[in-house]
Amino acid sequence: MPVEQREDTVVWRRRDKRQAVIHWFVTLGIAAVVLWCFKLIADDTTWEFVWSAPEQGADLAIRMFLPEWFVDIPQLWRDGELWVHVAEYFRQRGLYAMELWDPLVDTIHIATLGTVLGVMIASPLAFLAARNTTPSTTFVRPIALALLVTSRSVNSLIWALLLVVIIGPGMLAGIIAIALRSVGFCGKLLYEAIEEIDENTRDAVKSTGASGMQVLTFGVIPQIAPAFAGISIYRWDINIREATILGLVGAGGIGMALQSAIDTLAWGQVSVIFLAILATVVLSEWVSAKARAAVT
Amino acid sequence: MLVIEGLLKRYPDGFEALKGVDVTIEDGELVALIGPSGAGKSTLIRCVNRLVEPTEGTIELNELELTTLNRAGLRRARRRMAMIFQNYALVERLTVMENVLSGRLGSVGFFKSLFRRFPQDDVDNAFALLEKVGLEGLHDRRADALSGGQQQRVGIARALMQDPDILLVDEPTASLDPRTARQVMGLLADLCEEHGLAAIINIHDVPLARDYTDRILGLKAGELVFDGPPEELTDDVLPEIYGGEDWSKEPSEDDEEEEDIRSSGQFLAEEVL
Repeated sequence: MPVEQREDTVVWRRRDKRQAVIHWFVTLGIAAVVLWCFKLIADDTTWEFVWSAPEQGADLAIRMFLPEWFVDIPQLWRDGELWVHVAEYFRQRGLYAMELWDPLVDTIHIATLGTVLGVMIASPLAFLAARNTTPSTTFVRPIALALLVTSRSVNSLIWALLLVVIIGPGMLAGIIAIALRSVGFCGKLLYEAIEEIDENTRDAVKSTGASGMQVLTFGVIPQIAPAFAGISIYRWDINIREATILGLVGAGGIGMALQSAIDTLAWGQVSVIFLAILATVVLSEWVSAKARAAVT
Repeated sequence: MLVIEGLLKRYPDGFEALKGVDVTIEDGELVALIGPSGAGKSTLIRCVNRLVEPTEGTIELNELELTTLNRAGLRRARRRMAMIFQNYALVERLTVMENVLSGRLGSVGFFKSLFRRFPQDDVDNAFALLEKVGLEGLHDRRADALSGGQQQRVGIARALMQDPDILLVDEPTASLDPRTARQVMGLLADLCEEHGLAAIINIHDVPLARDYTDRILGLKAGELVFDGPPEELTDDVLPEIYGGEDWSKEPSEDDEEEEDIRSSGQFLAEEVL
């Protein structure tokens, strides 16, 4: 009983005594399990690697961002040669950045074409999967849902890995990988949007004697248009980021440049690629924020 | 002429929303359908255009049996029956004109409707109807930018665009303030008279039903318990439809503006519902 009579006042507690004791022991149990899990993880950890991580990280950052002549700066300054070296540092990196234009544009192409293709496949699937537009809940809907789940459960990097084997390395593998992963994401959000439409409006269009396709184009599509645009733009934004790593498995884009830079231990180039990716992602965030504001 | 015989609707869980309703509606007759929530009013009119599939019984519109029609036949039959909804049920992101023209969807091909190439006659008719319902000049406005009363007028124009034989009207005034409700009911009654249209109007508001219709049907728990002219719907009859006892007591009314519009019957009706 949460309500208790104590002398002449009525006291209210959230839990009665028995519930409070049970609650306390359950909390204790959860804490014990968490600590036990920590111990399991700690036992399997090679702590030498963990302790040396700051050192390793700093070393990598130095190799990526600092020039080899960094320690010689006072000497170079005295010799009056510092500015020559600084200029050379930026010239090399600038030249390399120019080389990155093509893979960068490729990356954006992969993301954009992949999104368009993905949305094109996802749209009909969404109508087949939505409970209120599917032609059959017992047969067609489960198939459509299964296709969406399959697409969603495989990461685009894995799709790319498979596709590079099937259709060979290059942008096409990347585009299809992005598209296959986008189908599940866009299809799921889209069919949820379709299931949330106002059925009254649909009934109103139906009751004019409109055909099935007319009911779809007048009664359903105008209602999901903002969601459709929002979902596509959001996915494009995600795909820009995903497309930057697809090159690691040979599916085109800037990831391929990253792969070869890492393979040749060209850490200076790696740093330039990171900055280029950062700039692209920031740009895509900005574009998609603007576009989303425009459609709603 | 709409002839409904033995109309029964049983849902999969066994609930019977309509338990054998017989009613005949003559051409040009304006009929109000009243009754408490859950009495089956909406089910009844939705069975007529088969947005709800009837379980048993027959419905004939001008000698055409509706309950056994196939898809194509049903589409053709639906052109003859127009529906007006409580929440207007407009396509909110489309313009007023597109909504009004959507009344012609049953008669216009898919691609013509997709690219909005409606026949000129339809467009002329749409402009004329917009003027008639008092929305001239608003054809380019998006439907969701209109007030409730205006949206319901668009709904009425869309229904008339179909050039139907009968109007199925589901709670046309329930989302409107009392004054706008009167205007909309008046407009509906005038237009029905002008076009010689029959109409079944589901309505909670008993005084409005009394004032604007030729005949009142009372539905209670899926059965027709009253059928007669508005004069016969006295305060003695209302408890039979709505249940409860005291229908003659004057309600305490503190909203002066609404006093002339809301009379005791409606006030109590809302209380019971």
